[in-house]
Amino acid sequence: MSNTAALNMTAAAVDPVAQELAGPRGPRPRRRLSRRNIFLYGTLIVVALYYLLPLYVMIVTSLKGMPEIRLGNIFSPPVEITFEPWVKAWAEACTGLNCEGLSRGFWNSVQITVPSVILSIAIASVNGYALANWRFKGADAFFTILIFGAFIPYQVMLYPIVIILREIGLYGTLWGLVIVHSIFGMPILTLLFRNYFTSLPEELFKAARVDGAGFWAIYFRIMLPMSLPIFVVAIIIQITGIWNDFLFGVVYTKPDTYPMTVQLNNIVNSVQGVKEYNVNMAATLITGLVPLIVYFVSGKLFVRGIAAGAVKG
Amino acid sequence: MGAANASVVVRDVSLNFGTVEVLKSLNLEVHKGEFIVLLGPSGCGKSTLLNCIAGLLEVTDGQIFIEGRNVTWEQPKDRGIGMVFQSYALYPQMSVEGNLSFGLKNARLPKDEIARRVKRAAEILQIEPLLQRKPSALSGGQRQRVAIGRALVRDVDVFLFDEPLSNLDAKLRNELRIEIKRLHSRLDNTMIYVTHDQIEAMTLADRIAVMRGGIIQQLDAPHAIYARPVNRFVAGFIGSPGMNFLEGAIDSAAGEPVFVAGDSRIPLRNYRFENGGGVGRKAALGVRPEHVAIGDMAAAMPFSTEAEIEIVEPMGSDTLAWTTLGGQNLSMRIDSEKAPRRGDRLRIGFDPGRASVFDAQSDQRL
Repeated sequence: MSNTAALNMTAAAVDPVAQELAGPRGPRPRRRLSRRNIFLYGTLIVVALYYLLPLYVMIVTSLKGMPEIRLGNIFSPPVEITFEPWVKAWAEACTGLNCEGLSRGFWNSVQITVPSVILSIAIASVNGYALANWRFKGADAFFTILIFGAFIPYQVMLYPIVIILREIGLYGTLWGLVIVHSIFGMPILTLLFRNYFTSLPEELFKAARVDGAGFWAIYFRIMLPMSLPIFVVAIIIQITGIWNDFLFGVVYTKPDTYPMTVQLNNIVNSVQGVKEYNVNMAATLITGLVPLIVYFVSGKLFVRGIAAGAVKG
Repeated sequence: MGAANASVVVRDVSLNFGTVEVLKSLNLEVHKGEFIVLLGPSGCGKSTLLNCIAGLLEVTDGQIFIEGRNVTWEQPKDRGIGMVFQSYALYPQMSVEGNLSFGLKNARLPKDEIARRVKRAAEILQIEPLLQRKPSALSGGQRQRVAIGRALVRDVDVFLFDEPLSNLDAKLRNELRIEIKRLHSRLDNTMIYVTHDQIEAMTLADRIAVMRGGIIQQLDAPHAIYARPVNRFVAGFIGSPGMNFLEGAIDSAAGEPVFVAGDSRIPLRNYRFENGGGVGRKAALGVRPEHVAIGDMAAAMPFSTEAEIEIVEPMGSDTLAWTTLGGQNLSMRIDSEKAPRRGDRLRIGFDPGRASVFDAQSDQRL
């Protein structure tokens, strides 16, 4: 030991260049199992488990038969996997008088969500574009009022809207609900689009004006093609928001136009007979599937769109 | 309406953003085929003025005429202008050809006419091989060329440039500057060019409008602005390294005006006063560093004195040497071959006839 040290020292004395070459070089080596990493990953794993556990229970329960559920061990995996609860939840579960499962609610929800998403985004994007680029008189006041709308509690407006819909003959129809969703999506979506369009270089807009493009030409030919990320964000926000909505669905529709969430509630909360936990779990999972799929499919685009507001266009 | 050969006339134009006055009753007359540069520090209103001429900003008051037509209320596309922006502002989703033809398609020109104009512009700017590319696949210089092309295809009388070279690196900037100059001599269009770069202004302009605080301080040929600045702001803004200002007062000796700065008495015999001398008036004498001579050359000047070199800044071709005159700093630009060293004592001198005298109160040229 001391020998090698002495040797090294003589070597260093003889050839300092060699010693310098042997010194630290490149990235500093890092231990994989450092204390920092253990804490970091440990915390992440614990938190992930905490959030995933209820989902696990739901999936496992939905795949069990009722006799197995009665044993009471909710964490144990199913001994005998059965998809019958899923079939029942989709096609046979009873709500009130009819027993066609969630399927009707699903199609209602589709018929509500698709037009609402298209309508609200179409209007809000034009709103945002006008507010960001065409500084018309009263634009600030208009914007303030619109944003203020986002802070008014929905409950205050429930009844007036019932009356309005009744007067125009849309109460209890799918289109009535579509209009309500489009209106309530307006403040946040307009804000989203306005901020995005403001972040696009102003000179682009000026150049298009010199090139003789008008309001709509600039919107469709210049702005729209540059705004895919923000449209994806808006679509995701709207799909999940409208699909998951319960309050408007229950207030503004009738039993045969109930959206899926309302129907789910009616299945799960029905008080007659035995509580079929497996069917309830399956119904809940089916209802949550659409937003979940939307997130998974568009996850990357979503993050990019959220970040797009912060970086230059 | 102004002179018959006026291309762009800006008359009494004011622009306020809320309570902020950006342009203050501004007048400007640009002749046909003239290259005018609007020069000034940031926030002086030069880009704002250009945007007003283009019709992208509405004026608060005043009128704008282009080619004899009052265009004050007209849309940008109807004003007969083409504009080039600092950030190029190319439409990212369109090819170069799409960018060039976008304005023509909006004007509903026939297809063969569009093709002809795009071809001509691409030829002039040598961007033919790039026509099918997207702007993201172009370098900065190529992008700016396409942006110029977009103004070119419009076949207009007036070109507006809003700091077109500011986003480019120094070498490209020089190349494109020459190209813009070549373009101007080939097309003979009226060009209005905004920049904060005085080299660009000096090299390109037929006339320069130096602006500050929404007011044109001086509108004149580049050399006149360099040699006879009307006020201290223009004198300090034009020229690099900047002009020296010696604070002092005007006195007279034997019937001749003399500038007194500390213990130095500088004769103003051959200085051309524009607004009268006025003995006893406090004033500043502006001397450009490149007009200060040393050694034998200095001795031949109407004013010369002994001085000690305090700081030396080599800049490559020239060296900037600092000394004190009458207790105030004075810089001089010297050929690097003959550069003195710190501590050298030598004779320095200059011709007061090439200097500028400014009133200490009003900062106006005397």
